[in-house]
Amino acid sequence: MDAILRRLNKAEVIFIGGSAGSFSPVFNIVRSLPHDFKQTLVIIIHRGKNNFSDIENLFGNNCRISVSEITDKDKIAAGKVYIAPANYHTLIEKNKTFALDVSEPVWFSKPSIDVTFDSAARTYGAKCAAILFSGANQDGAEGLLKLRGSGALTIVQSPDDAEITTMPQAAIDINAGEFVLKANQILNLMTGNSQT
Amino acid sequence: MRGSTDELDSIQLTELISLVKNLYGFDFMHYSKASLKRRIMRIMQLKKYDFWELKHALINNTAFFQEFLEEITVNVTEMFRDPSFYRALKTQVMPYLATFQRIKIWSAGCSSGEEPYSLAILMQELGYKNKSFIYATDINTEVLQHAKKGIYSLRNIKGYAENYNQVGLPGTLTDHFTIMYDAATVHSELKKNTLFSVHNLISDGAFNEFQMICCRNVFIYFESELQERVLDVFYNSLCNLGFLCLGSKETIRSDYYKKRLKVVNSRENIYQKVG
Repeated sequence: MDAILRRLNKAEVIFIGGSAGSFSPVFNIVRSLPHDFKQTLVIIIHRGKNNFSDIENLFGNNCRISVSEITDKDKIAAGKVYIAPANYHTLIEKNKTFALDVSEPVWFSKPSIDVTFDSAARTYGAKCAAILFSGANQDGAEGLLKLRGSGALTIVQSPDDAEITTMPQAAIDINAGEFVLKANQILNLMTGNSQT
Repeated sequence: MRGSTDELDSIQLTELISLVKNLYGFDFMHYSKASLKRRIMRIMQLKKYDFWELKHALINNTAFFQEFLEEITVNVTEMFRDPSFYRALKTQVMPYLATFQRIKIWSAGCSSGEEPYSLAILMQELGYKNKSFIYATDINTEVLQHAKKGIYSLRNIKGYAENYNQVGLPGTLTDHFTIMYDAATVHSELKKNTLFSVHNLISDGAFNEFQMICCRNVFIYFESELQERVLDVFYNSLCNLGFLCLGSKETIRSDYYKKRLKVVNSRENIYQKVG
């Protein structure tokens, strides 16, 4: 775990993807982050297109660091948590700003985790890390594989620990996750603790 | 072949942009690169083209260019997209607009017509049909043809009706359509006050004075300096106290325009020209 933690700590940005069953493990991570968190967290969670900012408020009111929903052309800053808005895909420009997109859903999803991961592989490559949690479809797997191919640290929630196994299993099936860990192990890593 | 379509590098992207500009006069130089790249790679994948085949098709096949244009200018939209936006129009903007003699609205980047027809429905249901007129423009001729016809698949209408129902208007969405088999056609009543025409936000200027301009989810495809140039066109096209509506995740970052466009609703990104 020490080796993983060292690599995770080196990542400029940590991307988190998830769908059904991912809310509570992701929420646990965000509310455990210290106020002086140095990295950037970008969260892509599938959700209905017309439920406005529920997640941001919930996260924002329970966290020690700044949590915001992404606005187009926002500069990606350290020490912040960004949440992908519903009904847009989130892409990343070379100059490290977010670029939103309203094109077709991917895997019936908008935001699509694949779209952001794919873009992250191009812009951050080995300088980022990505974690894929529980979910009921296979969005995220291909993107995670691209990230792994570009040298990023990739972690998948262990299917036997996930509420819904489809999403992590899809990633494991194509060998996209370098490490397969339980939610509480991931939480420990994210809070700088290598003990499991 | 799949491997060769996997990556399009920045030099190739610039080359394609120059090619399209020289051959067809469309300038995508200040488009958001992340999105443009993704769209072009998508076309390459659909067509199974590598970079050279794509260039060849762009040079030799004008019909392909139309298809190319349609793919890269994202045309995904909905009627009453973001119902909360239309609610804000109803409660915060309409009381102002009602005081104007004529309500001229510009729906910029109208794609296949879902937004201008939503606005026309809103105007009609709120009783402003007779004094409102909607100019709907897009860069893309093919898409405008679709918009003019106003025919939408019934499957899509179902989703639009869910949006509509959240706006809180007195009618029902299907009141405005004639439904046959699996298609719904917009009533000619709504088309009467709507004019569709080609307008390129990148190269064309102001063409009329408006009480409201809606340009939602177009700026996300423009780099900041292009956004500002287009903002200038909008600013000059608005009457004093006219309204500008951007997409809910877009924002005005320039101090110059922040002073001149007052925020009416920050969540829905509605501004009013004040200076």
